Amino acid sequence: MTAIKTVGVAGSGTMGAGIAIVAARAGFKTIVYDTRPEALARARKQTEGFFAKSVERKKLTQEQVDRILADLTATTEAAGLAACDIVIEAVFEDLKVKHGLLEALNRVCPPHTIFASNTSTLSITEIAAGSGREDRFVGTHFCLPAQLMKLVEMSPGLKTSDETFQTAWDFCKAMGQVPVKTKDNPGFILNYFLIPFNNDAIRLVEAGVAAPADIDRAIKTALGYPMGPLELLDLVGLDTHLLVAEALYAATHEPRAAVPALVRRMIAAGRLGRKTGGGFYTYSGNAMFGG
Amino acid sequence: MAFQLIDTGGSRSFPERHPLLTAAAERGEVVVVVIIGARAAEAFRSVGSRERYAAILIELGTECLGTHTGEARGEEGSNVLGFARFRLGTAPPSDLVELVHQPRTPETAISAARKLFEDHGLKVALCGDFPGRIIDRLVRPYYNAALRRLDEGLASADDLDTTLKLGLGYPEGPIQLLERTGLAEHFDITQALYAACGDPAYAPARRARVAKQRQKT
Ligand SMILES: NC(=O)c1ccc[n+]([C@@H]2O[C@H](COP(=O)([O-])OP(=O)(O)OC[C@H]3O[C@@H](n4cnc5c(N)ncnc54)[C@H](O)[C@@H]3O)[C@@H](O)[C@H]2O)c1
Repeated sequence: MTAIKTVGVAGSGTMGAGIAIVAARAGFKTIVYDTRPEALARARKQTEGFFAKSVERKKLTQEQVDRILADLTATTEAAGLAACDIVIEAVFEDLKVKHGLLEALNRVCPPHTIFASNTSTLSITEIAAGSGREDRFVGTHFCLPAQLMKLVEMSPGLKTSDETFQTAWDFCKAMGQVPVKTKDNPGFILNYFLIPFNNDAIRLVEAGVAAPADIDRAIKTALGYPMGPLELLDLVGLDTHLLVAEALYAATHEPRAAVPALVRRMIAAGRLGRKTGGGFYTYSGNAMFGG
Repeated sequence: MAFQLIDTGGSRSFPERHPLLTAAAERGEVVVVVIIGARAAEAFRSVGSRERYAAILIELGTECLGTHTGEARGEEGSNVLGFARFRLGTAPPSDLVELVHQPRTPETAISAARKLFEDHGLKVALCGDFPGRIIDRLVRPYYNAALRRLDEGLASADDLDTTLKLGLGYPEGPIQLLERTGLAEHFDITQALYAACGDPAYAPARRARVAKQRQKT
């Protein structure tokens, strides 16, 4: 059971669009807010495409999709989220931007509205500190692509009330997601372990321990991981990896979080990964060479 | 490919019957010599006229290949290669063979070795002569970190495992995996790496140390 009926999503980018699909699909009235109408329009188009495929694959009926899409609306004003019982923010990863947004939302939303943040690298407690409702604030870190990944890392800030956490937890389950509870710790669980692991894999390449294809084959064969670390880095993009790793390192100063020098060299050389046709591997179309 | 198997007993890579072991009986001119078991070093020293083989393969433990062959100013390398089938603690060996070469190991020796393993259903990852080779070098710091974070209450063991399974598609989370394959065994490997590299990331986590101490008593 969840007390939440209407869900707000602030930020209609990669993550916000996915989170809105998750909420709407689960039957919640969902309102997406973005300051840029073009971001809302693009997300709407992608969302309609996503649900059209769900009908094709017989996961949902056309009637269900019509109802979901009717209940999924958009706004370019913060005031458009005034009726929400929870607002999940997925705006730019910038503390000032997030504080500006939350301050505005705090003015328009009723006292019971819970605020949640999808931040990957900022502290929930620090974001909450600028929200005007630190006790009704919680971390809900979805994975990319949110509309397909079930995991949500949930963290209470230092001042989050037990009641808020419980309400948000029940809501997360009501959306059909799988929440895990973690401390408000840099990188939460996933990035805290993944980023240093990927850095270590890059250091293996850097030190000449083995070639990327040998490292990936070894990891997949010996441990059954679906992807090797270097394939995964090529998919994520080395520029994105650098951003997240730098944030993690700044917060923890753990040596394994420090980005190996090879990453900056590859970025300088335009080898960002799949999206530039090459990273640790060379790509042409969908094919991968050097594997 | 005909090859000679020298089994000194107690091999970690081949604790049980495997198609590769039975194939050693095939007749023909011996092209490759495979030495396995706890006393592989001694057996290797007694192999004569080594140049006549395409490759001589020594099963490695945590030691480097250089301890068997000797090293010379970064230019070492011969038809002698090291290998180990990766195995986590008490779990059976995986299908992965880490094949260890040196800077000047000839390509012919590498391909003969690769072919032998691949012909018998194993997968080969080629790596340089570094402590921990590929997998141990990569995963032991991650396992230590998971154990430390469990102690520090980052999340419950179940939530740690669930996160890595759902978030990254790993078949098993780190805590469950270490419990299944042996925390004391993890201690042994990561302690050896810590001694070899001096990197604190390899320093055995408290839970591994406790498990090792309990194993002794
Ligand atoms: N991309 C990922 O893989 C990923 C994964 C997990 C979490 N996250 C986190 O999710 C959040 C969003 O990331 P993203 O990749 O979706 O970003 P994005 O850049 O794709 O989208 C951000 C959107 O927020 C909008 N926006 C910015 N400021 C706003 C404001 N004040 N009010 C309303 N809308 C505003 C922008 O117009 C943009 O459409 C970040 O906190 C990020 O750390 C990202």
